[in-house]
Parts: sequence; structure tokens; C-alpha cells
Amino acid sequence: MGEFGIGQPVRRKEDTRLLRGRGQFTDDINLDGQAWAAFVRSPHANALFSSIDATAALSMPGVVAVITGEDLAAAGVGLLLNDAAYKNRDGAPMHKPPREVLPRRQARFVGECLAIVVAETAAMARDAAEAVEVDYEPLPAVANGARALEPDAPRVWPEFGTNAVVHWEYGDAAKVETLLAGAHKRVAVDLVNNRLAPSPMEPRAASAEYDAATGSLTVYTPSQGGRRLQGNLARLLSLPVDKTRIVSRDTGGGFGVRSKMFPETVAVAFAAKTLGRPVKWRGDRFETFVSDYHGRDQVNHAEMGFDADGRIIAMKLDTMVNVGAYLSENGLRLPMEGGGRIIPCVYHVPEFYFSVKPTFTNTVCTDTYRGAGRPEANYITERLMDKAAEALGLPRDEIRRRNFIREDQMPYKTHLGFTIDSGDFDGTMKMAMDGADWNGFPARRAESLKRGKHRGIGLSVFIEGAGSRPVEGMRIRFEENGDISVIAGTYSHGQGHETVYSQLVHEFLGVDFERVKLINGDTANSPKMSNGTFGSRSSMVGGMGIKQASEVILVKARKIAAHLLQAEAERVTFAEGVFKANASSITIEEVAKAARDPRRLPEGMTPGLDEEVTFENDVENFPNGAHVVELEIDPETGIIELLNYVAVDDCGVVLNPFIVHGQVYGGVVQGVGQTLTEDVVYDASGQLLTASYMDYGMPRAAHMSHIEAHFNVVPCKTNGLGVKGAGEAGACGAPPAIVSAAINALWDYGVRHIDMPLTPEKVWRAIEDAKSQKAA
Amino acid sequence: MHNFNYHRASDVAGAAALLKDVDDGKLLAGGMTLLPTLKNRLAAPSDLIDLAGVSDLKGISIEGDEVVIRAMTPHAVVAASHEVATAIPALAALAGGIGDPAVRHRGTIGGSVANADPAADYPAAIVGLNATVVTNQRSIAADDFFLGLFETALRPGEIITSVRFKNPSRAHYLKFRHPASGYAVVGIMVAQYASGVRVAVTGAGPSVFRVSAMEAALDKSFTPKSIADIAVSADQLMGDIHCSAEYRAHIVKVYARRAVEALTA
Ligand SMILES: Cc1cc2nc3c(=O)[nH]c(=O)nc-3n(C[C@H](O)[C@H](O)[C@H](O)COP(=O)(O)OP(=O)(O)OC[C@H]3O[C@@H](n4cnc5c(N)ncnc54)[C@H](O)[C@@H]3O)c2cc1C
Repeated sequence: MGEFGIGQPVRRKEDTRLLRGRGQFTDDINLDGQAWAAFVRSPHANALFSSIDATAALSMPGVVAVITGEDLAAAGVGLLLNDAAYKNRDGAPMHKPPREVLPRRQARFVGECLAIVVAETAAMARDAAEAVEVDYEPLPAVANGARALEPDAPRVWPEFGTNAVVHWEYGDAAKVETLLAGAHKRVAVDLVNNRLAPSPMEPRAASAEYDAATGSLTVYTPSQGGRRLQGNLARLLSLPVDKTRIVSRDTGGGFGVRSKMFPETVAVAFAAKTLGRPVKWRGDRFETFVSDYHGRDQVNHAEMGFDADGRIIAMKLDTMVNVGAYLSENGLRLPMEGGGRIIPCVYHVPEFYFSVKPTFTNTVCTDTYRGAGRPEANYITERLMDKAAEALGLPRDEIRRRNFIREDQMPYKTHLGFTIDSGDFDGTMKMAMDGADWNGFPARRAESLKRGKHRGIGLSVFIEGAGSRPVEGMRIRFEENGDISVIAGTYSHGQGHETVYSQLVHEFLGVDFERVKLINGDTANSPKMSNGTFGSRSSMVGGMGIKQASEVILVKARKIAAHLLQAEAERVTFAEGVFKANASSITIEEVAKAARDPRRLPEGMTPGLDEEVTFENDVENFPNGAHVVELEIDPETGIIELLNYVAVDDCGVVLNPFIVHGQVYGGVVQGVGQTLTEDVVYDASGQLLTASYMDYGMPRAAHMSHIEAHFNVVPCKTNGLGVKGAGEAGACGAPPAIVSAAINALWDYGVRHIDMPLTPEKVWRAIEDAKSQKAA
Repeated sequence: MHNFNYHRASDVAGAAALLKDVDDGKLLAGGMTLLPTLKNRLAAPSDLIDLAGVSDLKGISIEGDEVVIRAMTPHAVVAASHEVATAIPALAALAGGIGDPAVRHRGTIGGSVANADPAADYPAAIVGLNATVVTNQRSIAADDFFLGLFETALRPGEIITSVRFKNPSRAHYLKFRHPASGYAVVGIMVAQYASGVRVAVTGAGPSVFRVSAMEAALDKSFTPKSIADIAVSADQLMGDIHCSAEYRAHIVKVYARRAVEALTA
């Protein structure tokens, strides 16, 4: 459909608003008569307390209230819930600690909220928060997940007698061990999937207002769609769901972390309701670092066995995931359900044993962060494949080629019960290698060496699982002014839905691209059946919702058009928004207008052309891709410089290549961050050492090379648009490709492994250690 | 941020008088260090005395064999200055590598020098280029100015008015950027004068320091080879989660050699 239809590189509509500073973020919203909140946060990673004394704080100028966990308990505020129900092999259930919004006796991580202070100004609230006295009795703490599993580690929850939440297993350990022991070659890796701070540009914030007359609560906050937050908050505060409204106008980055219900939001809402006055809180960057859920933090041991032809016969994987001090909504699920959707990734693995030990520590919880379990899973299998290439004396592409799940094996049922419908892994890998001139690498390597640099080339082939919880409502409404509103439960917070949804409506209904308006981010009008935007799901669930709603609309519109044109419905054609019969025609907008008037409709037809559908699918989709990266290492300093990056993605049918490229670039940069610079570090006592960007290494433009993005389009077979998600692929492909390239660069030294992030010092030490080992 | 009184001085004498009068006053230059400190509530001065309106404190001039940069000159102006680039290209390059564009357009040489951040770039220029720090009370030689971590020879109430850099016959500055902050993990200025070579290192230790063994070796023979094996001890150096003291010592050695390479290539 011309320059605005499906597949066109349409420029982002929303950018004219966002780039001119006309966005409206939570902090831009000020409510009449609002007071400001600040939080009292624990400076200790583990401490008992018996009292919170607010006497001094309450006597300070402008202070309105100090609210603690005791106040919440007295008002009947519930616990933050986690609905996971994993079991140990012996049937024993997982450990589930209760999580109070504001704990009453013990703080379990640095930065945990213990009280909310409300005052006339933000500064007054902060001053008063500093004056609140808590009689801490510090206890030993543990921050490192692997350390937490040692028998003598301090216990985060002493009543469980262990820091292991559960020991979850899949597969037959003994059988896999036998196969590995008898394999022609057996390879093993020990890896760290480093802990990351999601770092949305917008710090966390919340503003709440309670209208006593109607008994309704409105909370403004950045989110990834309000419905799930709404249900959660209504339950916690014992309010009817339809009297609890969540509004996100614009949100400055989600990455998974903005989809969660945090204690601060509940406390702000409770304060507004209790005080009968709007309350606003704007977190600063320090608070965002200590209290936003972190990502990754796995330690993995993995092994694979191969036959003499280089085919995988079995794999085993032991994963420790550090879940933090409590169970967040999804943190503990990530290895089993996030990564579990795809593990063991693009390879056919006949026998698989998988063991996961989620582990409590005295740190803030971990949870979903761009990729959410899939980057970890792909990193593990790709490092194994590189190991296997070495053990079997095969090129890195050849070992992969021999083990790919082939198209003739699809639909392919994975070990954990998911079904991969489509993908051309070998073709995608070839495109990436050709795009990067893989075969010309030796000459470039030699040229680098002349300049004293070690050049490396790396490869990753990865798969993603996108579109989880595939149920989502979608409404299309014809406005009186001629606009067509798309009213969505998905929520655009950087993904460009305003543009892509407009393209779809334009494509299906033929209406003007510019007249399509997206309404999202407000539970007062979004479809009731909604999950929001996460897990690269909106292209499928939102796109299919628009498609289905459009189809229903067209069936009805055709009947109305036929009635108005006095023709038989079968005789009416529809193209580019116009119904035609004989010599007369009518636009869909005119049909919509006529549809409001019962006198202009066929006998018995319900007025109105607006439509709401609930799209439902029983499967997810499986985007995949291959990345090739080339880099140089300065052996004297260990500094890595990326030189060239080729990303080939199969995200099915591409709705807007311009926007998908943006997603790929962003994902790759976050993957580069994980691989080269980012690392959340707690010291042994549980203090967060990386609580500002002076210490936490965000990737910068200077760390990047040019990224060349291509598509290998293999339409998804399980949804009517043929789309696969595109949001998280970059973050999956980058870490294994870059590590592979770095090891390739240092191959001649004998370096075979460096844990992420590959900081200059770690790289330098790896070289020095390898040199001295060779000398010895 | 806590409350404070704001004053805008129109000359150095006025600023000095204000500083004396108020309870706990602080000079405000570009605010790139002071304002974040206030925002994070790590300092609570009663009064801020803004130097932005003091026209005497702005500008660059060449006076004999010296480049004179007045205290309120922002890094971006130094980086773009034709005079500086002609006289001491290494100094212009150093200023152009500080922080990011926003920081370079706000941050000033006076503020940077007074603050004496161990990871700041300018200290390597002050000491390496044998500068004189001029205040409203006296002139202080580079080697006497930096006393330790965030510690200088400035007395309470003393205001830096300019910095006078001695024009070397050649000089080069190399910086290893901190992966997170972008400050110097190691910043090294190698400068040759008729009177001898100066090698000044910032970032690695609690305060800028000279490497006399390298200076002596380069005095004898100004070649990369002559210092290739001269190491500094890691004992007095700093370490953080990104770069240990041992690694910094190693980088000092490598970057010193590379700076000389750049000058002799
Ligand atoms: C994101 C970021 C990155 C940065 N990166 C770097 C970097 O890579 N390298 C680097 O060197 N620096 C870096 N800086 C620091 C920056 O270069 C500023 O120069 C520095 O913050 C101080 O200069 P200012 O003019 O902002 O001083 P201010 O913050 O205004 O003042 C700093 C201190 O100096 C005092 N002071 C100011 N002027 C005078 C004077 N004339 N006489 C006596 N005392 C005075 C003030 O009272 C205050 O105590 C960075 C800063 C930021 C925010």
C-alpha cells in the first residue's frame, strides 16, 4: 500500500512530538495540591530493626506524614506476590518468603524502602527522610550468588535453612552423564552472565491521586502497559480494579524493568489515598540503581558431547541465578521459562539435562531485562559450539552447520515443550558471514598485526522466543473528526507503535496514515484483556489485533456500503479505503459516519463501525539471527576496539525496516555493554559499588563500530502477519559474537576464555597469564 | 540540594570580600563538580558566589614564552583556541578530551585546578608544563600546588585568577579513559624544555606526580627505548573495580613510551 504500508521504512510519527520536547513523562505531570515523597532506605544489606522513630522528622517544617510498614499492615495492605510454583524433584515445593511492601522487622538489601516521608516540597521530604531514625542491628550479608550456595554463607531467610529457592531439574542426569562420558569429544564451559542495571533513561517515578468522592485512585508512572500493574495495585490496596487507574503518558525506556510493580509505587499510592492529597515521587539515579530490578546474574556450567561426525549427542547445563533478597514477579523463572523457551537454542540436542538453582542473596531482585533469559541461553550454547569447534578441529561455522535444527525438522518441538515453526539458520549464518567478508579475514588480520594489533572475528547464531502470553485486546474507533483511533493495551515506550500500528490500519482499512492515532498507556480506556508490551510481543499480539479488528470492520462496512450504494454486497469492491459498486463509491470514513445513524443502516443492524477484538494465539514466535563481529585488541593495554558488525535477523515479515533496524542497533549496543563495560558490583558486605554512571560502565558511541543490519525473511507460520518479534535479538547475538571474536584475536597466545565484561584489564591479564603459562 | 544564598560577583575583589563575609561560602565556576555535589547533598554551603560575571577571569593570551589562561575559561574554549593550538598543541588536545561537550562548555580551568580531582586531566598539564597558578594573593609554582587527594596549596578564601603555562619545545598528552566516568585512569604529559624533560602523571595516584626516573632517562636520550623498561611502583597508586593499581602502573609505562613515540615519530 504505497509508502505508508506494511514493509515501508516510514519515519517515526512519534518523533516529531518526542524530539521537540512535547512528550509527557511522569515527572512532567503535576497535580493540584500535590505533596512530595521521599524514601527512607536501608544503608545495610541485612539488618534487623525494631523501631522507626519519626519524631524528629515529623517536627520539621513542611512534613506531612511518615508512613511505615506498621501503618500499611494496620491498613491491611497485602503482600507483593509471586505466583511461581516450582518444585524440587522430590516434590518439595520451592521456598517462598513473604514480601511486605515496607518490611517491619528486617531490611534485606541496600536501598530497600522502610518508610515513605511526605512533605510540602521534595527537598523537605528528603531532609525529613534523613532525620528518620531506624535502630538497625546489622547482620552478616551475602551478595554473590555462587557464594550464597556455600554451606557457611549467611542466610537471607534463616527459616529456610538454605539460600537455594528450589532445585529445579529437567531431563535424566544419569543418562546424559553416560552419554557425555562415552562421547567422542566432550567439551565444557564455565561462564558468568554478568549482572546488569537496565538503566532506562527516565528514572523511576510515581504520582498518585485519590478521589474520595468516587473512591477512585489514579497513579501516573512509567510502565510497559498498565493492566497488570492495575490488578496488582488494586489487590494490594483492597480497591476495586475499575477504581484503580494506571496512566503512563510517555515512558523513557522499559527494557522489562518498567513492567514491574515496585514497593515505591504502592507506598506513594497508599500515601495519596490515606492523606487525601496527591503525592508525587521522582526517584533519582542513585535510587534507580539500588531499587530497580537488575538483569542476568547467572553462573553456568555446561557440557556437550559429540560423536565423531561432530554431531551433538547430549548436553547438560547447571545454572545458578541470583534472584536477590525476595522473589520478584519473574526473576526466578528466567532460566526455565525465559531461556527455557529456546534452550538449547538453534541446535538439535537429542538428550538434555538442565538443572537450575535460583538463589537468594542480600541484593535487590533480578528480573527481566532485554532478552530475559535468552541472551544467557544463547551465550552458553554459542560458547560451547566454539569449544567444540576447537575440540573437533572444525571451523566455527561448520560445527554449527552440522548441528542446526533444519527446516525439514520443523515444526520442531524443544525440550521444554515449545515449538519452533520456522527458521533458516544455515542461510542466515551464511548471509552474516558473506556480509562480513568472513573469507577475507586472514588478510585483514595480517594487516592489523603489522600495526601491533590482534584482530579477531567472531560469530554467533541465536534464537529468541517472542510474544509470550499471546492474548491481547485491541480496539479500533472511528472518531467524528475523521481520525481513526487505535486503542491498545500494548504500550509504546520506544518501540514506535504509533507509526507501525498506523501503517497496519492504513494497509488494512485504506485510511490516511496521518489520521490514525494511537491511544495507549491508560487503563481507563485500554481493552480489558491486556498484558502490555514486553518480550517482543507487540508486533504479533498488537499487529494481529489490528488485523482481526480490521477484518471484522470490513465485513460490516461492506454490508453498509452495499446498502448505501444500493448494490449487492458481493458486487461491492474495496480498495484504498473506498467501496465501489457500479459507478458510485463511498469511503470507509463515510461508511463509519453513516453507521452511527440507524436510519441509514440495513434493517436490524447494530449501529457503529467501531470494533474490539481479543487476539489469542497458543504459540509464541521464534525470531533468530546471526551476528559476525570483527575487532582489534591492543595487546599492551587490553583495549578492544570493534571494527565491523554485521547483524542478520530473521524476524519474519518486517513491518517497518527502519524501526526494526533501530531495535537491532539498540539491542546490539546493550549487548556490547554487557560484553565490554557493564557490570553491577556489590562488595562482600552487600554494598552496591556501581550506583552511578561514574562507576557503572554504560556503552558509549565511541565503543561502537558501524552496524550493518540485514534481514533473512522467513515468515512466521503461526500468526497471520508472519511476524516474529524484533526487540531483543540484538542483545542475544552480541555477547557470544564479541567474546568469540576476542578469543579468536588472542588465540595464538593460548587464551580460551575471559568472563564478561571484557574490560581492558581482564583482557590484558588474560594475555599476561597465557604468556607466563607458555613460558613455564 | 539544601538551601543556599546566591551571589553574583562582578570582580575578583568583590568575590573575595563576599567569601570573607559569609558563613560558609563557596565559589561557583562551571558548576560541573560543585552542583552534582550539592544535588547529592554531599555538601551544604551557606552561600554560593558565582564567578560567571567576572569578565577579568575570562580569556587566553600569549605573554612571552607563556600561555596564560584565565580561571573562568571553559575547556571547550581552550580546546578550540588557535593560540593554544599553535603554542602548546598538547594542551589544546588535553582540554578537548575532557568529559563530553556539555562538560567542556561549562567546566573551567580554575574550577578543575582548584578541585584537584585525582582523575582530572588538567593537573597533568599544570605539572607537566611547569605552570604557575596565579591567585588573587600570590603565584604558586606547579610543583608546590597539588598536595594530595583533592588537596591544594590554596588557602581559604584564595581565588585562582589564571594559570600560566610555559611553552615547551615539544609536548604530548595521552589519556586512558575510565570505562565508566571517562576521566583519566592514567593521563600522562611528557614535555621537553631546554631545562629538562617533565613527565607528569594524573589519574593513577591520589594526586598528580612526576616520574623522575623517566625524566632523567629522557634527559639523556629522548627516545622511546630509553624509558621502555622504567616502571612505576603500584604501591602508591589507586585501584577501583575497573582498573587495579597494578594495571595503572603498567599503563603509565606503556603510555609514557607511546607519548615519546608520538613526539619522535
Ligand atoms: C560528566 C562529567 C565528566 C567529566 N569528565 C572529566 C574528565 O574527563 N576530565 C576532567 O579533568 N574533568 C572532568 N570533569 C570535571 C570538569 O572538567 C570540571 O572542570 C570540573 O568539574 C571543575 O570545574 P568547574 O568549572 O565546573 O568548577 P565548579 O564545579 O564550579 O567548582 C569546583 C570547585 O572549585 C572551586 N573553584 C571554582 N573556581 C575557582 C577559582 N577560580 N578559584 C578557587 N576555587 C575555585 C569551587 O568552589 C569548587 O569547590 C567531568 C565532569 C562531569 C560532570
